[in-house]
Amino acid sequence: MTMAVTSPRFRENARRALADAPLQQALAKMKAGFVDKRLRAVERLPEFDALRDLSRDIKDHVLVNLDHYLERFEARVVECGGEVHWCADAAEARDVILALCRSVDARSVTKSKSMIAEEIGINDHLEAHGIEPVETDLGEYIIQLAKEPPSHIIAPAVHKTRDQIADLFHASHAAYGITERRDDPRALLDDARQVLRRKYLAADVGLTGANFLIAETGSSVTVTNEGNAELTQILPKMHIVLASLEKVVPTLEDAMTILRVLARSATGQEFSSYTTFATGPRRADDADGPEAFHVVLLDNGRSGMLGTEFQDMLRCIRCGACLNHCPIYASVGGHAYGWVYPGPMGAVLTPKLIGIDLAGHLPNASTFCGMCESVCPMHIPLPKMMRHWREREFAQKLSPPRHRAGIALWAWFAERPALYRFAARLGVGVLGLIAGRRGRLKSLPGAGGWTVGRDFPAPEGRTFLDLWARRDGGGR
Amino acid sequence: MSGDARARILATIRDSLGADAPGRDESAVEARLAAHEPNLIPARARIDPGAQVDLFVEMAEEVSTTVARVAGADEVPGAVADYLATHNLPAVAKLAPDPGLDDIPWAERPTLTLSRGKAVDEDAVTITGAFAGIAETGTLMLLSGPDHPTTLNILPETHIVVLRREHIVGAYEEGWARLRAEGRGMPRTVGFVTGPSRSADIEQTILIGAHGPRRLHIVLIDGDGEETEA
Amino acid sequence: MAITDKSAPRVALFVTCLVDLFRPNVGFAAVKLLEDAGCRVEVPRAQTCCGQPAYNAGDRATARRIAAQVIAAFEGYDYVVAPSGSCAGMLKRHFPGLFADDAAMKASADDLAARCHELVSFLHDVLGVTAVAARYDGVVAYHDGCSGLREMGVKRQPRALLESVAGLSLAELEGAETCCGFGGTFCVKYPDISVRMVSDKTAEVAASGADTLLAGDLGCLMNIAGRLSREGRPVRARHVAEVLAGMAGGPAIGEGDER
Repeated sequence: MTMAVTSPRFRENARRALADAPLQQALAKMKAGFVDKRLRAVERLPEFDALRDLSRDIKDHVLVNLDHYLERFEARVVECGGEVHWCADAAEARDVILALCRSVDARSVTKSKSMIAEEIGINDHLEAHGIEPVETDLGEYIIQLAKEPPSHIIAPAVHKTRDQIADLFHASHAAYGITERRDDPRALLDDARQVLRRKYLAADVGLTGANFLIAETGSSVTVTNEGNAELTQILPKMHIVLASLEKVVPTLEDAMTILRVLARSATGQEFSSYTTFATGPRRADDADGPEAFHVVLLDNGRSGMLGTEFQDMLRCIRCGACLNHCPIYASVGGHAYGWVYPGPMGAVLTPKLIGIDLAGHLPNASTFCGMCESVCPMHIPLPKMMRHWREREFAQKLSPPRHRAGIALWAWFAERPALYRFAARLGVGVLGLIAGRRGRLKSLPGAGGWTVGRDFPAPEGRTFLDLWARRDGGGR
Repeated sequence: MSGDARARILATIRDSLGADAPGRDESAVEARLAAHEPNLIPARARIDPGAQVDLFVEMAEEVSTTVARVAGADEVPGAVADYLATHNLPAVAKLAPDPGLDDIPWAERPTLTLSRGKAVDEDAVTITGAFAGIAETGTLMLLSGPDHPTTLNILPETHIVVLRREHIVGAYEEGWARLRAEGRGMPRTVGFVTGPSRSADIEQTILIGAHGPRRLHIVLIDGDGEETEA
Repeated sequence: MAITDKSAPRVALFVTCLVDLFRPNVGFAAVKLLEDAGCRVEVPRAQTCCGQPAYNAGDRATARRIAAQVIAAFEGYDYVVAPSGSCAGMLKRHFPGLFADDAAMKASADDLAARCHELVSFLHDVLGVTAVAARYDGVVAYHDGCSGLREMGVKRQPRALLESVAGLSLAELEGAETCCGFGGTFCVKYPDISVRMVSDKTAEVAASGADTLLAGDLGCLMNIAGRLSREGRPVRARHVAEVLAGMAGGPAIGEGDER
């Protein structure tokens, strides 16, 4: 029921992505779209790094007291007339949401962007039970029409070009009386606005994610630029918030602190257009707003990450900065990673959610360049946690046998300096001879991975330590 | 199912953390919730009230909000009518049922056709008050309530906000502090609105006017005799 | 010229396996720079590698054994210096974490970490070297190796010293802080992605107008040089130490001497 996993085919996915011209064209725009803007926003706020530290500390404090904060959050939701539904896994969350929708005879559900909704595969589940899920975030709407999963956690259609979007809209919007193929971004947006406006007004249930849950007030917080989470939750009879349990923060003030780093890290904005705190159903004297408020609180393995080397991952606020700055992501895009969460944060989270046996490539497909950690507003040590996954793979003998044998052979020598010296002398001598005076090799048996796209610079012919011994007369 | 899941999830959290995880302290949780301290207010927001007003306007304009500064409540109807005329919009608007807007002499502009209540799809223009303006990022803090249905903020193509100078604060936290001080409890919806609706989902080109308002216009009642700008 | 003054700092050179095997000239350049700056340089014979291949493959046990070997081999020196941000980063930032459960070894690892430096930042920040007596006629672009930049804070030091090289002008390299795609075994485990990344890098090098690409890590340099050569681009790649030491007269990385 949940999204198909293609992570085991990461290599093939990547190869296809690298050859996909429209995808590469779309990815090429990311630097100006995200990286440069983030940098400008960060430079404008001298307190940015201090806010990062505070944000990390807030989340760390929450995580070691998570049960206390969740209990208090629930109590406040109930006081305000709402309800909290605790769900241990994706299946439970799907069932709860379906039951809630059926309780109001829902025929259609508007949705604002939620990665958790992708994680539990709610759209297919609703559809299978005769309820129409309508994605309202423009990017999500585009990929819903394309029947594709998101390729980015905040810009789900970042892999689509304008031309592809024009084709999709042209094929789908005739049903709404829009027959002209338009490819101007403004026109495309206007068409989507017109179609989705009807959907908002017709929806029986609005399903949103949450960027934060506030323990102090029982509020959920959504952050959007389009205003779609607001329309989604204000117009229908019922507002369902789908959130994973680590989203809770103590107070309104704590949320504001983290919000200051969120938008800047995500899109380089000072603040997103709409940051909305929703607390319970509409009050007795309110003229609008939902009559019912439900929070579906999903665990799905997160509670088991506490107290482990992966606990820090639960600080993640899904800003997408690690994706936007990752050179691997920039090369292959999000779909190559093969499941809901791509990029560095996905390389850490996905193995936990679908298993390291399926997601093994993800923590390996990194040069450990450290860019992700350097931009993470929550100071999550992503490379370190990817290495932890590699350690688990190694311990479980899941890494490729040829690679393991190579490491073992190398280690055998590296731990025996005298033999290492001997082998090194031999190796560089032979390679030097093969290369001759050319200084490089076009191909080299066993090094096809290197020489497929690069020449192999040949050794000078003698090792440094041998040459040094002649100068130095031995050393120690 | 949920009751059982609740117990299981809480038990897993406690087991995973262990009783003596560093920093685990229920009294610290209570204290943090009770104190709700602001953590760090950027220096940008810690300026005198006059400068906060200027910063608010500057930051709002940066995100495509338009601002007209008027000297008093009596100039608001004219400023609204001018704005609508300038943008070729009909002089018909849904006005929030907000007693705080009652001192504005709307009747002096008979060409302006106003009705009051929540917004419906047909409403092209709405006029509301605002609980606060946040200088830090040019953000409006809008509270839902009988005086301010949330649909007014999000359904129309043009949202006009009447903001009083004395309601401009430096940082978001000051907005929360004021709400707490009023003792009216948490409204169903508190919206922090920073500019009109926008999307960058098509090739990362920022386009104004996604699902919410295409225009966000603030009429700022300055009250210190400054010249009116249109 | 070896220094015999007993008050001079005693520096152990961590040669790095790549320099040892592929480009001894970088090691000699490092020795010259250190000696010129007044250091007594020694090269412990018992060194092989910093252990990153095992560490990054998830083989923590092997990484620990190699780390222990390095710690023993480099005990007692005032400083341990490597012509590599990556290997220095391994010794300084990662060795201590390998011994979190062994107080005695952790203390030794911390001690090594405190003494360990990347070559160019050591010259500039610790020894106070602000200029070198070298000449290099050319336009050079400098690539910031990831570990040097993000683990060891190497950014302005190489540029400051390069400014003092006669005849040399520095070209702005777009994306200088973006990974070149080497990543140790990454480059052979995911060659398609790696080649794509290094191609982006070589395109930026070409766009910079430089005739020489410099970096502080031989891993990055072999990767970039290999790609430059495959693409037939007339840009030479050298280790920054070779230029700073005035020892850049020989063939560049991957370049033959058949000219």
